[in-house]
Amino acid sequence: MIEGVSIQVILTFTTVLFFIGLYGFLTRTHLIGILISLELMLNSEAINFVAVNKYLHPEFLQGAVFSLFILALAAAETALALAIILQVYRRTGSVDVKEVKELKY
Amino acid sequence: MIWIPALPLISFLLLGLFNRYFRKEPVAGYVGVASLGTAWVLALYTAWKYFFEVGLQNGQYVPFTPFKWEWIHFTDKLSIDMGILLDPISVMMLVVVTTISFMVHIYSIGYMHGDEGFARFYAYLSLFSFSMLSLVLASNIFQIYIFWELVGVSSFLLIGYYFVKPSAIAAAKKAFIVTRFADFFFLVGILMIGYFVGTFDIETLNSEGTIAWIAQHPGPVFMGLSVVTWALILIFVGGAGKSAMFPLHIWLPDAMEGPTPVSALIHAATMVVAGVYLVARMFPLFYHVDNGFALRIVAAVGTFSALFAAIIALTQEDIKRVLAYSTMSQIGYMMMALGVSGYEGVEGLGYMAGMFHLFTHAMFKALLFLIAGVVIHAVHSNLMKDMGGLHKYMPIASWTFLIAALAISGIPPMAGFYSKDEILHAAFEYSFIIWLTGFLVAGLTAFYMFRLYFRIFHNGTREYHHRPKEDSRAMTGPLIFLAVLTLTVGWVFTPFSEYVTPTRVPFHYHIHWGSPLVLGSMAIALTGILAAYFFYYKPTEYPQKVARAFGITYKWAKDKFYMDELYLFVTKRIIFDKISKPAAWFDRNVVDGMMDALGNTTVWISNRIKGLQSGRLQEYGIYFVYGVVVLIMVFYFLNF
Repeated sequence: MIEGVSIQVILTFTTVLFFIGLYGFLTRTHLIGILISLELMLNSEAINFVAVNKYLHPEFLQGAVFSLFILALAAAETALALAIILQVYRRTGSVDVKEVKELKY
Repeated sequence: MIWIPALPLISFLLLGLFNRYFRKEPVAGYVGVASLGTAWVLALYTAWKYFFEVGLQNGQYVPFTPFKWEWIHFTDKLSIDMGILLDPISVMMLVVVTTISFMVHIYSIGYMHGDEGFARFYAYLSLFSFSMLSLVLASNIFQIYIFWELVGVSSFLLIGYYFVKPSAIAAAKKAFIVTRFADFFFLVGILMIGYFVGTFDIETLNSEGTIAWIAQHPGPVFMGLSVVTWALILIFVGGAGKSAMFPLHIWLPDAMEGPTPVSALIHAATMVVAGVYLVARMFPLFYHVDNGFALRIVAAVGTFSALFAAIIALTQEDIKRVLAYSTMSQIGYMMMALGVSGYEGVEGLGYMAGMFHLFTHAMFKALLFLIAGVVIHAVHSNLMKDMGGLHKYMPIASWTFLIAALAISGIPPMAGFYSKDEILHAAFEYSFIIWLTGFLVAGLTAFYMFRLYFRIFHNGTREYHHRPKEDSRAMTGPLIFLAVLTLTVGWVFTPFSEYVTPTRVPFHYHIHWGSPLVLGSMAIALTGILAAYFFYYKPTEYPQKVARAFGITYKWAKDKFYMDELYLFVTKRIIFDKISKPAAWFDRNVVDGMMDALGNTTVWISNRIKGLQSGRLQEYGIYFVYGVVVLIMVFYFLNF
């Protein structure tokens, strides 16, 4: 619990961060850029979990613990995504999202 | 007893299934001959025992049912049974069918010699014999129907035996379709009887109890006739189709495309009399219901067919066609005889005469066809213009033909005289017009038969490329046997009324030798013969002059009164064009069109929406976001 800062401020902050991440995910052309935006989204939600935990239910621990889960999940997912990006680079020689559209009708 | 039809059945299965083992020719023939020969002996034994030993009890022939098996059970009284019923007419038919079939089997050893499908032929012949015998022995009217159809199938197979000839195939189809069409009415008649009377069993139907019941419960009446009468008329229509009565006769002349032994067996002696047998079987019903109205129709159709066919037979050039129309005419006689018959005692003369005529006709008509086969074999042609003067080359054929022709013309002491005379006597008691028609037809019959005889065997002398001869004993043997039968059966069995009567009570009947009827019919027959003699014994101009004198009617008769053209017109122009074609159009365009439209619409929709799957990652992301937004809206506005 931070003195003088209400929960709305922190929740607004995480929401804005999330939508920035979302915007980046949908707009960037570089695959790594998409990955970074994804990280941003996940982490903003982690902050959200901790804030709600500390301000509304301080007697519980689950929120903070869950944010650790999120971090671990993000790490694993990043490993997987990087592997795929490496394969895409080997096949097509570029890391542009426009190269990844073969699974269409 | 059951061996009689079972033996040909076994032979059919043997020859049919193991066809390729019977490559060496006469073996199949011997199998067929052996099985039919044994069946023949058994039939004769049965007849002997029935008529002379056990049948006659208390002055009446008692029907025996040695075998009955219930096949399909509908109600307590209504069921389809497979059984054997022995009574005078069925035993008589047994003898007829087995005798003729046996003769044809022997004959075919010679006639079908060298043919590829020899074993197949005998297989079909055995199938036919089995079906016909089972039909004759049937104890249940549905059983008759089943074997009726089976006989039709055998006929189809045998007519279309030379299946490489398109004309043979067409003739087989025509025969089967026409008889099948008639059988539809037969089936409806059977079902009506089953429904309104409540039983299919023949003995029960013909019993006095049932007839009294029908009189008391007339059931629905349509156009003044009770429903049972209509059922009987429909059953007769089925019989008329099978027996080639007008107007369902069109298949019989074309059926001559089959091999001649087939014509002898099926289309002269046995299958075509199935209709007559049917009417005789159900005779008590025919006679009693509605004062015998159905019987009047039988008489009318029979008489007309007799006259119609005799007129056409006068003009035909193909010997088998002449014999085919002659068959139709004689069957008309039989139907006429049944139609004019009474019931008790001497009044049952028509019935007796009709059955006797069936018996004798089988002998001499089969004989005529077999002789025709021998002649055709020798001359390699069916037409009379290729024949003539064969008397000195083929004496056996000539003499036997003479005997058969005398029989059919009704000259004593041949069998045909007795039967034909009794028919005319019964007709005279009934109606003058019918008698007159029968009398005229007798004269015409004598004329066209002797026209045939003189033009084939006399008509001057003629040179042939290769000398025609009667080669095999297999062919001439049956000819002689049948000729002997034709000669003797007449006066041996002449009080036929001792054996076959409607009430199964024998009565006594004599031909009154001096009566004007008898002398009259002999006179007209002799007139016919003499006329034929003058026209045809030596080549003369008389036939052409008379034909020209008759002018257009001669042409009409020669073209069979355009019945075939009429049928073709009705089926092609009316049924095909006006009914079938629109129906087919509807099926193809509307019904199938709806299904096609369904499929095409699905494809069109899918073509429009497949663009949603573009494969681009970020588009999927956007869809995800849209979905989440929608969900939030839903939950927010529904206040969950």
